[in-house]
Amino acid sequence: MATTGNKNINAKLVLLGDVGAGKSSLVLRFVKGQFIEFQESTIGAAFFSQTLAVNDATVKFEIWDTAGQERYHSLAPMYYRGAAAAIIVYDITNQASFERAKKWVQELQAQGNPNMVMALAGNKADLPDARKVAAEEAQAYAQENGLFFMETSAKTAANVNDVFYEIAKRLPRVQPAQNPSGMVLMDRPAERVASASCCS
Amino acid sequence: MPEDEDQQQHVAAQRESSPQPPPLPRRPTTIEEEDGLRPPLTPSGSVRNFKGSPRPPLQSKATTAVSQVDVLGLSQDASPSNNQRSRSHSRQPSGRLQSRAGSDDDTASVRSVQTLAPGQSGDIESLLDDVVGAAATETDEGVEERDDAASLDTSPLQNIRDDLDESFSSEFEPVGSFEPDGSNGELLNRQWRAKLKHYLILSSAGKPIYSRHGDDQLISGTIGVVQTIISFYQGAQDTLRGFTAGDARFVILSKGHLHLLAISRLGESEAQLRAQLEALYMQILSTLTLPTMEKMFINRPSTDLRRPLQGTESLISSLADGFTRGSPATLLSALECLRIRKAHRQVIHSTLLKCRSPQLLYGLVVADGRLAAVVRPKKHSLHPGDLHLIFNMLFEADSVRAGGGENWIPLCLPGFNNTGYLYMYVSFIDPETGSPREDIEQPLDGRKRDNEIAVLLISANREAFDEMREMRDKVVDQLQANGSLAHIRRAIANGRSSCTSILNTNKADTKGADTPAPIAHFLYKSRANVQFVMPSAGPLFSSTVSWRRLISLYARLQGALHGKTTHLKVVHVVTGGASALAWTTPTFEVYVVAGPRAGKHVLAKAAMGVVQWARREEERLFVVGGAVF
Ligand SMILES: Nc1nc2c(ncn2[C@@H]2O[C@H](COP(=O)(O)OP(=O)(O)OP(=O)(O)O)[C@@H](O)[C@H]2O)c(=O)[nH]1
Ligand SMILES: [Mg+2]
Repeated sequence: MATTGNKNINAKLVLLGDVGAGKSSLVLRFVKGQFIEFQESTIGAAFFSQTLAVNDATVKFEIWDTAGQERYHSLAPMYYRGAAAAIIVYDITNQASFERAKKWVQELQAQGNPNMVMALAGNKADLPDARKVAAEEAQAYAQENGLFFMETSAKTAANVNDVFYEIAKRLPRVQPAQNPSGMVLMDRPAERVASASCCS
Repeated sequence: MPEDEDQQQHVAAQRESSPQPPPLPRRPTTIEEEDGLRPPLTPSGSVRNFKGSPRPPLQSKATTAVSQVDVLGLSQDASPSNNQRSRSHSRQPSGRLQSRAGSDDDTASVRSVQTLAPGQSGDIESLLDDVVGAAATETDEGVEERDDAASLDTSPLQNIRDDLDESFSSEFEPVGSFEPDGSNGELLNRQWRAKLKHYLILSSAGKPIYSRHGDDQLISGTIGVVQTIISFYQGAQDTLRGFTAGDARFVILSKGHLHLLAISRLGESEAQLRAQLEALYMQILSTLTLPTMEKMFINRPSTDLRRPLQGTESLISSLADGFTRGSPATLLSALECLRIRKAHRQVIHSTLLKCRSPQLLYGLVVADGRLAAVVRPKKHSLHPGDLHLIFNMLFEADSVRAGGGENWIPLCLPGFNNTGYLYMYVSFIDPETGSPREDIEQPLDGRKRDNEIAVLLISANREAFDEMREMRDKVVDQLQANGSLAHIRRAIANGRSSCTSILNTNKADTKGADTPAPIAHFLYKSRANVQFVMPSAGPLFSSTVSWRRLISLYARLQGALHGKTTHLKVVHVVTGGASALAWTTPTFEVYVVAGPRAGKHVLAKAAMGVVQWARREEERLFVVGGAVF
């Protein structure tokens, strides 16, 4: 849950998506500015924290990079429960990963925090020749479901920081103390869906 | 690959069944090289069975076991109640050495220092004479005995196994995939067959689950043959455990719905290969748990286990490659610890206890891939097999370490409980600052990085991440404040000691030039602690090939000590390139390796020196008991 104090916002963020979609690569790019060609499949989940300054606040992301392997599925609620934001990642060169992403969106809509900021990231945008999922299709899906959408490349860094930055901007700026019920009010409705879409 | 039949090989051995009475230890009888000491080799093409051979599984005694039960004749002889003492028994120090297993107090090791103090070397020599005395009379057949240290020559060792050539360094290179037109099949098959070691895992329905080398298409034929042979034996109400064909040894481990197969041309024994397969099996259980896996197969016997295991192939492969490269930890079923002063380790232990979260089951501090400290509940100790899986995951495979974050990993530790998961918090910390490691150091694909300290906190509660993380923060802050991180850092920087510096610490005057050690390498296992120590590999064993040669020699000695037909206490082997001696007692096992011309007495004396050192330094070399709550 996002909490604030002196414009310092702590926000739990979870990455979900199919095996090999590029969740770990996106996090590695965002947190360390690196890319590994042969990134190993994540075991369990990895935790990172990274601070990002936006215009009006400093956002400290507590990032959960989950494993896409099916056998870890039952642990997922532990990571998205209470999350202020989620990035659902698919691989634009893999149709099945897009279908899997939709499943995650459904699950979050059903079980997640209703005010969660959700981003759909079509990763590996540096591989247009192998593309299987049209940007328009994903864009339309995102719009329907209240997500914002970007195509990213962990490899070239295209749009990677932008996704996190966009999330930071959309996080509610509300003192939790004024919100004893734990409800988080959105000070910015999701009217800007997809405004930041598309890869370079 | 031809065995080194023509090398001089002499094994001085003591048999448990030896009928001779004391003096201590019983008079050894030398045996010639036989089955049980070396892999039985049959002419190429012929197939020979070896069945039976109950062998303790890999998941052995807990690291923190206080004493071992398999008391052999040696210690009975040495026990004070034995009134048939021989002349040498009454004045040699081995009685205390033997009885050390149960005692945990510091004074005992002090006492052993005294009994073995300089000036009493005559006693030691007489002990050595006892240990290898009779053996010496039996090694006349072509072995040059040269006990004068001056003539020693520890450098060659290239020929520990003459036929293991540089091709071993390509052992880990991948076999390619088929061209679409299948035109390269012949080449791939040749590459596949050139591998000295294979591991195959298949389901009892014949579905491939894992192969170290080659893709499905390449191994499908082999899988079919293996499946046929296994089911042939099962049809005959018999279990096939293994066979040799030419210079290759096949070992099959059947566990429930899985068959695990190892094919080795590295001269490993059946028991050794079986222990390796047990470890691979444990890795699979660690991912799935036993009941989950069984349910899958009961629901659908044709289950393709590769799917649920997806992403763990690299863990299986790094385990397998560790065995092929040569792992003393697996050979000895023991763990290696960071050498650190007893008082310093106590500070780390009390820090762990002080910061302990109620959610904690086990806590470990691991530095440079070696255990520095452990905190555990009184009623649970850690199994070496489980620790091996964890160390493999964290330090050999790249999955976790390369990520660079903090990790929360569900895993089953089958030695602890094969039916459920535990949750492991892992954080690599920067030894300088104590903060979580930020950068990912290069090379990413290289061997172990040296300066890492990992804090592992294991809980039975899957929701305990925050508590574990909090505990990590506290532990690291305090370790930083009380100087422990600096001690660990120094221990890492010091690395393993050299043989020379170790053996010279036994000398009377610590000043003066070090005499070069007559041995090139050793392994010492403390049975009570289920831990081992070894010296630095040095330039002699820094290459993949020379290290493998060394391990093959150790494996041969270990096989001789623990063979299914023989239980030897002392083994002496001379090959063209090396001479080596292994000695086991109820409290320790020691293996020493030197150049081919080092005599048995020189080896025995060096072994004794290692034992003295390890006894004296026990609480520095080993984690004795750990912090218990
Ligand atoms: N070309 C290209 N490859 C990428 C990109 N992102 C990731 N990859 C590669 O895709 C593979 C999988 O990436 P990971 O980051 O491990 O995927 P993941 O989603 O974390 O997978 P799991 O941990 O198994 O769930 C790796 O080999 C990456 O190098 C990208 O933007 N472009
Ligand atoms: Mg990942």
